[in-house]
Amino acid sequence: MSFYDELERYRDFDFQSSFSAVTPARVEAALAKEKLSENDFLALLSPTASAYLEQMARKANRLTSQYFGHTIQLFIPLYISNYCANECVYCGFHRGNDIRRKKLSLAEVEVEAKAIADTGMRHLLLLTGEAPAITPIDYLEDVVRLLKKHFASVAIEIFPLDVEDYQRLQVAGVDALTLYQEVYDEDRYGLVHRAGRKTDYRYRLDAPERGAKAGFRMVNVGPLLGLGEVRSEVFFSGLHAKYLDDSFLQTEISLSLPRMNPAEGNYHAEFEADDRSFVQFMTALRCFLPRAGITVSTRESPALRDKLIRLGATRFSAGSCTGVGGYGERQETGTPQFEISDERSVDEVVEAIRDAGYQPVYKDWDTI
Amino acid sequence: MQDEQLLIGGHGFANRLFTGTGKFAAKDWIPRMLAASGSEMITVALRRIDSGGANQNILDFIPKDVVLLPNTSGARTAEEAVRIARIAREAGCGNFIKIEVITDMKYLMPDNYETLRATEILAREDFIVLPYVLPDLTLAKKLEEAGAAAIMPLGAPIGSNRGLETKSLIELLIENCKVPVIVDAGIGRPSHAAEAMEMGADAVLVNTAIAVAEDPAMMGHAFSLAVEAGRLAYLAKIGEESATAQASSPLTGFLD
Repeated sequence: MSFYDELERYRDFDFQSSFSAVTPARVEAALAKEKLSENDFLALLSPTASAYLEQMARKANRLTSQYFGHTIQLFIPLYISNYCANECVYCGFHRGNDIRRKKLSLAEVEVEAKAIADTGMRHLLLLTGEAPAITPIDYLEDVVRLLKKHFASVAIEIFPLDVEDYQRLQVAGVDALTLYQEVYDEDRYGLVHRAGRKTDYRYRLDAPERGAKAGFRMVNVGPLLGLGEVRSEVFFSGLHAKYLDDSFLQTEISLSLPRMNPAEGNYHAEFEADDRSFVQFMTALRCFLPRAGITVSTRESPALRDKLIRLGATRFSAGSCTGVGGYGERQETGTPQFEISDERSVDEVVEAIRDAGYQPVYKDWDTI
Repeated sequence: MQDEQLLIGGHGFANRLFTGTGKFAAKDWIPRMLAASGSEMITVALRRIDSGGANQNILDFIPKDVVLLPNTSGARTAEEAVRIARIAREAGCGNFIKIEVITDMKYLMPDNYETLRATEILAREDFIVLPYVLPDLTLAKKLEEAGAAAIMPLGAPIGSNRGLETKSLIELLIENCKVPVIVDAGIGRPSHAAEAMEMGADAVLVNTAIAVAEDPAMMGHAFSLAVEAGRLAYLAKIGEESATAQASSPLTGFLD
């Protein structure tokens, strides 16, 4: 069993002509349904559907209220290391980049954890580059155990692991896994991942599945918009989430649509999703997967994030630093992995959520 | 006719609408909703209680005269539910516990088997146990035997607002259970709540439909009225039923 088999069905699929063939009637039919098929989802991602954005937004708003209420769950990322043996052309941490490398010691992690906990944040997302020799599982386990003393929930966004290693981290206290395929188009994947273990497309693609098997309560997937043709990338992300949702009843599946800054670092994204398309993709995902969580990071601007609260988003990062550490006093954080657009503090984001008529939720999980 | 109080675990409830704390646009809707609806019991997920820190603690928004019904949301096994229940009691949340064991995150259906196991353990520890279940009469009788203080069958999947999709199964529970039957989940509008009460449910628990309304306080009030109306209609006997029961003035008496 693998999502790869599902992708195979679309190997020779002509997305461009399929998107072009979508008629207004087809979009209207998809919008009228409560349970959407893959074809309905495809119709809502088409350029034709962009004329139906307001209807899509209203439906997304209704479905999100129904299943998530008027709430936004908050979390904060913590990068513990930027050592990386991969060569991902779009990433600030890639091995060819001449940046100051840093790995937090356990004592430093403790300082960061305390500083973050002081902001009121209770859900933490732990991130690191892929350098197993420098940040081995033993180290990650120690970090997780330490973080669990300060946070109700610890999630990971790290390099893919085997089921056994995921289980070790699960036992140490990790309850959720985020792992983006970056780009589902296998050829494009090969072009942008030039060296290191990350060149293994299949190993990464199957990692969310291994995470679900290992017992994480939540698994979050998605593309990195900018690396492949955007509409088909969102389509595959939705299919991936649906596949996991259907395969693992015990696991909550969620998605994000991280979007590259057009000129991020030294890499120029070849594919672009403007705000209008981005909103279309997000609302289409909500219509296709009414119960899936949708995470929006600080890659997006404050103005847009504040609007996305009502368009299907369910989780926000806030007060983020994407360098290593950065929350404790006078820390040198090194080069960030990506540039943040929403630089507001936790309190400012909380206030914006309240102003939108939503409840910011600091804690909705605890490992008991 | 005067309605009697609903008795659960020795506590009397005059208002048969129970409510929940999730999904509100702001926590301060909770006390307003409680005041407007008159609801006397409210459920809260222990996992979501954020105590100690600087953040708002949901318990501070629940007036002292409202009975707290902590729930075991997030539990995947009987053991986890039992652990959560014990922590809730130690934390001063009282003796009531709503057992919610869900392993199916897609439809959020309760795991009846694990729920029964948790009920057996917690009833022995003198909790007032309210298990949330798929309506299954055989299971309900086992829950009664295990010491459940009430049975909470779902009307439809959580958050679906679809009403009493399991009506004929819940009817069997109402007809055959000695403990109160409280319809929980799926109730999307006051008319659904009235329908449940008309058919003889002892109470209903409503969260989503109230919490996501534009005015949750007014919607709480609306549900309270619907619950009362349904209850009175049940006590007054609905048309068809009373027609056969009232033998005092037979329609064909003039023939004698």
